[in-house]
Amino acid sequence: MADQAQLLPGTLDLLILRAVSLGPLHGYGILLRIGQISGSALLIEQGALYPGLFRLVRQGLLKASWGTSENNRRAKFYDLTAAGRKRLREETDSWNRLAAAIARALSQQPEEV
Amino acid sequence: MKLLDLLRFRIATFFQRSQMNAEMEEELRSHIQHRADDLKRSGLSRAESERRARIEFGGREKFKEECREALGGNLIGTSLQDVRYSLRMLRKSRGFTIAAVLTLALAIGANAVVFGIMDGLVLRPLHVPQAESLLATESADDPVWQSYPNYLDLRDRNRSFEDLAAFTMVFVGLDTGRDPSAATGYAATGNYFDVLRIQPSLGTFFHSSDEHGPDSAPYLVLTYGYWHSRFHDDRGVVGRVVLVNKHPFTVIGVAPPGFQGTLLFGSPDFFVPIVNQEQLGGGNTLSERGNNHAIFEVFGHLKPGVTPAQAAADVNALGANLAKAYPKEVSHQSSSLSRPGLTSFGGPVRAFVAGLMLLAGLILLASCANLGSLFAVHAADRSREVALRLALGSSRRRILRQLFTEAILISLAGGALGLMGSVALLRRLSTWQPFGAPLHLPVSPDAKLYVVALALALVSALLFGIVPVRQVLRSNPYEVVKAGSSSRFGRRISVRDLLLVLQIALCAVLVTSSMVAVRGLARSLHANFGFEPRNTMLLGANLAMGGYSGDKVLPMQKRLIEAMETIPGVDQVGLVNSYPPLVYAAARRANVFNDETRDLSQLNVAIMPYRYDVSPGYLILQPQ
Repeated sequence: MADQAQLLPGTLDLLILRAVSLGPLHGYGILLRIGQISGSALLIEQGALYPGLFRLVRQGLLKASWGTSENNRRAKFYDLTAAGRKRLREETDSWNRLAAAIARALSQQPEEV
Repeated sequence: MKLLDLLRFRIATFFQRSQMNAEMEEELRSHIQHRADDLKRSGLSRAESERRARIEFGGREKFKEECREALGGNLIGTSLQDVRYSLRMLRKSRGFTIAAVLTLALAIGANAVVFGIMDGLVLRPLHVPQAESLLATESADDPVWQSYPNYLDLRDRNRSFEDLAAFTMVFVGLDTGRDPSAATGYAATGNYFDVLRIQPSLGTFFHSSDEHGPDSAPYLVLTYGYWHSRFHDDRGVVGRVVLVNKHPFTVIGVAPPGFQGTLLFGSPDFFVPIVNQEQLGGGNTLSERGNNHAIFEVFGHLKPGVTPAQAAADVNALGANLAKAYPKEVSHQSSSLSRPGLTSFGGPVRAFVAGLMLLAGLILLASCANLGSLFAVHAADRSREVALRLALGSSRRRILRQLFTEAILISLAGGALGLMGSVALLRRLSTWQPFGAPLHLPVSPDAKLYVVALALALVSALLFGIVPVRQVLRSNPYEVVKAGSSSRFGRRISVRDLLLVLQIALCAVLVTSSMVAVRGLARSLHANFGFEPRNTMLLGANLAMGGYSGDKVLPMQKRLIEAMETIPGVDQVGLVNSYPPLVYAAARRANVFNDETRDLSQLNVAIMPYRYDVSPGYLILQPQ
């Protein structure tokens, strides 16, 4: 647990969009997928996922439908909408730019300035 | 369109609320089940893995609440929930609720009444077209120049007004043929209605062209109210001849409904041309330049482009010229122009109403301070409940919102109650006639009053609702639940002590000011008049109403005195021509000069006492 990083504000939405872009998932499945694709490096409180999901549905970035899970339980599955796909592309680009800039800034050595 | 969609969405979500809640519950349960499945696979028992899954999930109610917020459109639902919950809480603490509502009802009611009076006397313009551009020359108690000849000069020589009208009040006997009775009217200049830009609701008005010297225009225009009460809406009244002080006048028209003359505190029964004033009582004042009682108020619309300041300068220059031209009769002091309706009472009335409003505001503030501490105690009593709700995952914002809902419910109930009381009181005030016929208060509750009462209620809800906010924000649910109900918030803090001090200070001010007012009133009721009013009876008689004028007055007064002396039990009889409180209508002022003064101009007047005409018996009236 100690080596897990706290999420930056606003990044949970991006992670959800990314997780769902790999195929429709229910809430618990999204958590597992995020753990899987991030190498379990991020700390997400389980319940905190849902306000984010509801927000994304309301913004029209996700669509939800009830179905049956691999455990044979009823569950609500989330999938990307076209708008969600577009948003994911934009957010990914801007995140990459930001991360690259921060990384460059932090790696500068005194003699390079 | 967008707004409509939004509204439809909100309403739809509101009705889907219960279904959505069920779905949300199912979804979260499904999550926990899936997690429990995984834990069970790692070797735990079913019960243990479900327990673990629930703990890992975190505060379920809290997240559900956040989900609902994320969905938006929740305002109506949560507000209704708050209202229902608040009503239940208020019903539970009935004593608190009743005390709070009554306190606010009194405070808001007092404010609404005073606002109603202020609205009627100060804020509301006259009921005529373009009332906002009407300006009046200010008549004052001091020597001014509101005599008829001065008015004519002002009207014809000013360069600022489109036209100037003037009027004075007359008290007459009006006889329609069957029932002579006292009536109050305006003797108005011929252009009065034209300057006001109003049209008759029946018949015609008189105009400047009807004036051809003294007593040339025996016409009478009825106010709508008088036409209704005295003539029973008889449309055939136009053309009828009635007797005013025994002189025949022809009714030519009826004023529009809602028009009650140009004085806010006195509504007339009729209007007659001022050129006929001699027939109406006070002798011929039209030719006396020094008679400051001939005109009550002079007013008119400004010409386009003329500012009130320019008009005031123009009028003052003319006044100074008149004072120079007629030094014996006219003195002039610079004065400003004001809105018509209150004449020289304007200043005092405004000051009085402002004082009243201030006191009423203080009452409201004091009761808010009182309610604030009541509310804080009320909230502290519920500290356990608040702590439990916090522990169960309710957000502080939600709890505060519910507390404010309670405050608003209380203040709305108090406001409604206070408003009902004030409307009843204002209705009575508007029909109240404390000094006989001509006075009345033009107060009528209208939409403005309701809005003000609502605003007052909401403001006071915010004021006293804000008091317990700090203690809710600072409360630590764990501490409170652990320590039990004996631990209360805010025991050591001083917000409530401050409120108490504020409240005591405000009450001290209010009590002192009302004591001063009551003592002043009591003192003037028992004032020393210089004679013993007990056993002195007053008989009012207006000889002008009986048609006595000029030389016929004095013999009639003598006969009156003699007739009264013969009444058994009457000891002494005296006569005075008029008496207060209506000083304006009662007495003339006289110029008194020093012995050595030779130039008897207004500039040299030493004092100007009120002059009363009395009979020889008046001053020796003494009780046995």
